Amino acid sequence: MRTLLWSVAAAAGLVAATAMLDPFRNYQLATIAAYLCATAGLTVLTGLNGQLSLGHGALMAIGAYTVAFAQKSWDSLYLSLALAVVVTTVAGAVVGLAAARLRGPYLAGATLALAIAVPSITITFQSVFNSEQGLPVFLTPPRTLDIERWQALVAGGAAVLVMWLLANLSRSHLGRRMRAVRDNEVAASLTGVAVSRTQVLAFVISSACAGLGGALMAFLAQSVSPGAFPLTLSLFLLMAVVIGGLGSLAGALWGAVLLVALPDVIHSLTEGMVLKPAMASRLEGNLPLAIFGVTLIIVMLAAPGGLQGLFSRLLKRGHHAPNS
Amino acid sequence: MHRIVSVALAAVLVAACSSGGETPGGAKGDSTGVTDTEIVVGTHMPLTGPAAAGYSEIAPATKAYFDHVNASGGVHGRKITYKVMDDGYNPANTQTVVRQLVLQDRVFAILNGLGTPTHTGVLDFLKTNKVPDLFVASGSRTWNQPEKYPHTFGFNTDYTVEGKILGNYIKQSLPGKKVCFFGQDDDFGRDSLLGVEKVLGATAVVSKQKYVTSNTDVAPQVGAMKAAGCEVVVLATIPGFTALSMGTAARLAFKPQWVVSNVGSDHPTLAKQLGNAAPLLEGMVGVSNLPSPADLTDPWTAAFKKIHDQYNGKAPFNGNAVYGLSVGYLFVQALQAAGKDLTREGLLAAVEKNGFKGPGFAPLRYSKTNHSGYGGHRLTKVAAGVQVFFGDVFETDSADGSVNVFGEQRPTPPANTIAS
Amino acid sequence: MERFAFLTFDGLANGAVYSAFALALVLIWRAARIVNFAQGAMAVAAAYAAYAVTSATGSYWLGFAAALAGGMALGVLVERGVMRFTSHSAPLNQVIVALGLVLTIQAGLGMLYGNEFRPVGTPFSRDAIDVGGVPLLSQYDVFVFAAVLTIVLLLALLFTKTSTGLRMRAAAFAPEVSRLLGVNVGGMLTLGWALAAGAGAVAAMLVIPTELGLHPHAMDLVFVTSFTAAVIGGLDSPPGAVVGGLLLGLVLSYVSGYLGSSVTPIAAFAALLAVLLARPQGLFAASKARQA
Repeated sequence: MRTLLWSVAAAAGLVAATAMLDPFRNYQLATIAAYLCATAGLTVLTGLNGQLSLGHGALMAIGAYTVAFAQKSWDSLYLSLALAVVVTTVAGAVVGLAAARLRGPYLAGATLALAIAVPSITITFQSVFNSEQGLPVFLTPPRTLDIERWQALVAGGAAVLVMWLLANLSRSHLGRRMRAVRDNEVAASLTGVAVSRTQVLAFVISSACAGLGGALMAFLAQSVSPGAFPLTLSLFLLMAVVIGGLGSLAGALWGAVLLVALPDVIHSLTEGMVLKPAMASRLEGNLPLAIFGVTLIIVMLAAPGGLQGLFSRLLKRGHHAPNS
Repeated sequence: MHRIVSVALAAVLVAACSSGGETPGGAKGDSTGVTDTEIVVGTHMPLTGPAAAGYSEIAPATKAYFDHVNASGGVHGRKITYKVMDDGYNPANTQTVVRQLVLQDRVFAILNGLGTPTHTGVLDFLKTNKVPDLFVASGSRTWNQPEKYPHTFGFNTDYTVEGKILGNYIKQSLPGKKVCFFGQDDDFGRDSLLGVEKVLGATAVVSKQKYVTSNTDVAPQVGAMKAAGCEVVVLATIPGFTALSMGTAARLAFKPQWVVSNVGSDHPTLAKQLGNAAPLLEGMVGVSNLPSPADLTDPWTAAFKKIHDQYNGKAPFNGNAVYGLSVGYLFVQALQAAGKDLTREGLLAAVEKNGFKGPGFAPLRYSKTNHSGYGGHRLTKVAAGVQVFFGDVFETDSADGSVNVFGEQRPTPPANTIAS
Repeated sequence: MERFAFLTFDGLANGAVYSAFALALVLIWRAARIVNFAQGAMAVAAAYAAYAVTSATGSYWLGFAAALAGGMALGVLVERGVMRFTSHSAPLNQVIVALGLVLTIQAGLGMLYGNEFRPVGTPFSRDAIDVGGVPLLSQYDVFVFAAVLTIVLLLALLFTKTSTGLRMRAAAFAPEVSRLLGVNVGGMLTLGWALAAGAGAVAAMLVIPTELGLHPHAMDLVFVTSFTAAVIGGLDSPPGAVVGGLLLGLVLSYVSGYLGSSVTPIAAFAALLAVLLARPQGLFAASKARQA
């Protein structure tokens, strides 16, 4: 019930926010929402179930290409998004079956190889996927809405739905089984939890979320290409959920916000600097990356539980010391 | 308290909407990004990541040219501000940075956005927002679709035209030799091979090999060409892979005549990358439509070098620098032609009207029905460590037209190297 | 047949350098139980140090020594300066810190040296020796094989014949018990990082001349391939890293030669999956499965 209330409030907030924001901020909001679907799914897999994936970018690519093909055939956005979820669910089941046998770095290696393999499929079968140049995503935007606001509403709505479903999942019996598997596989199986099945299920759910995230990315970009789903995307998703805080879905939200906001903030900060041309050409691009990297390290050292861990620690401290 | 906040928010909102919906300039046209003293223009380039090598030198060169123009009073009293955004050659980043330029920074135009996969993704967005999308930095034929993308114009000679000119050279100067092709596994390689085969015939190329940038072992492909007995190898490669192909061939004692596309044939870039192995470049045939950075007797090179030394002195003066300066020169030409009352419509009309003459050897194709860039090339050859032009300038189309000699001479640079 | 022989030798030559870098990953895994995602970037930094020294002195070997020393120093710095303060109860935090290091190091190198590819020389000729019309191994390839073999032998000696090696293994597997037994666990960890980073630096010195050149991202693809090789071989096993590297080098060369360059990542994934489905802890996994 509480999750439902939260979701309704979030949806209302979304509608209000999109009305207030300018188109670019709406686009950023939509991007956050698309990332949120993927990071929330990854939080379930890694945070709740203890499995690692370095290949969620590849699953996003599968969702994205599905939308491109579907929109070419029928131009019905919601149907296309749904199909993307179905296709990535199937893909996730296949990968998940293999993943359930693997642990730690072996799972990391397998999913990393997946992240590299999927984009190269588009080059090997270029008559279908059109190689690096990719495919357009046909859209018929509504006449009454700004396109960016429409994108923010659709992507935001999808993200709210995903968060609501995952929040309920986390509280459900399945959620408890996932945590049991994460904490101790042997103990979990002794209490009658089917470890492998739970792991495969977690992977499938997580893939479906990533697929939806990728589908939304395609919808936002109005195009898909393999270069948009490199290995770095998978790594950035993992960074986002760990920095946000693996312990809860709220961490996935902070992570998604950071993925969009941090580069933007750093860009604004460094843009104001006046540099000599020779200096500028070396710093441009590199300085924001360096700041990003250092930020990651500092957050991890200062807040091992991620931002959400930090927030809840601060909140608790506030409760314990009402007089100060 | 809450009420005050919401009233304030509403006020901000109203203000935001009214300022956002208005186009300065009124009924005459859209002059977003233009004031009496400034023109804001943006671009997307890889400044970081593996693709940044070489390409990251282009935008600073263009900027240097604009600095030069600004120092001379700008164009019709307006100074050009060039916002360069790093997309790391990742199409997803391109989406974001181009939206930031158009929606937030409200640029007048996007100039020289780099890369086929990156720029393809933003065509629809730029069309929806009616943003002039000038002189895209890639030789894809995608930019030449005036019906579908009326705001987009190419700059580079397209890869098919280039392939035809390379094929024509082989036909005339290397008849009877066994020809092979080694190209990037995307539209670059595909279009280039198409051009070569249009001239030489579909069966003339005996071995066709492809590479992807994510695999730096080209020995299997180069080995196959050696085994096929290739005497001439056409390369549709980016500079790194030109160098890698030549290095690999040398170690396999395979010494064909290299005939290289424009993208991958800039001698200073290649020589720097090959280091001690730079002599391998001797005899390499390439194509270019812009003056050679090595030839200071060329009046355009000399003029550009002067600007480069003053505003971008620390950067190497190579093909990328000449390219960036030429883009800046052409953009200022277009701005001059668009007149004092600068609007997006006026700029597009000026580009379609064409008539631009400048540093390029080949003609610019712009018209109402053609949005491709340069329509030809001149051949180059590396002799004694210097890349020099030889023979005529050739021009052709990307369809089945013949390859012709283009006889018209370039003008000399105007005073101060700024078009009037 | 000639084609097959050619591809085989090409695959082995490439595989040898994958092996070298996979060894570095295995070392750090054995010493600290983490996959060091920053290994590639750290190795590139060491290679830049070599570049600077070689440019200044003209000597390849002085540069090589600088890479080895610089790499080891960087390993110590990273362990003592950053990794030591990272939560050990959350292994993913170390991965994220490593990724943060990758961004920082690569951006730093970009600022210092620019984004250009820089040529790197080799101490021996890379011209392949022609055997019966088929160009096979070069002197440089032989040097790479010898270097990889040397690393493997030194490591084997260290881990099986010296008490330091034993202490390192103990410190990694059972830090608490080792501490009780008087092992300087922190020191062993630092030593592990230094050795791994040194091996990584040597691997970078071997591999970069065969690629596009020195660049902040020069080891990105090598890292991915070598990590795949290490996983195929089994992350706990140095011989596994060598076999995994050679095997992957062969597979990629055959696939590139017979099917096309773009198919290689798919082949790497397929090879990895095939091995892991049969042996979930790699080819050279210890007989008893360990929960990671």
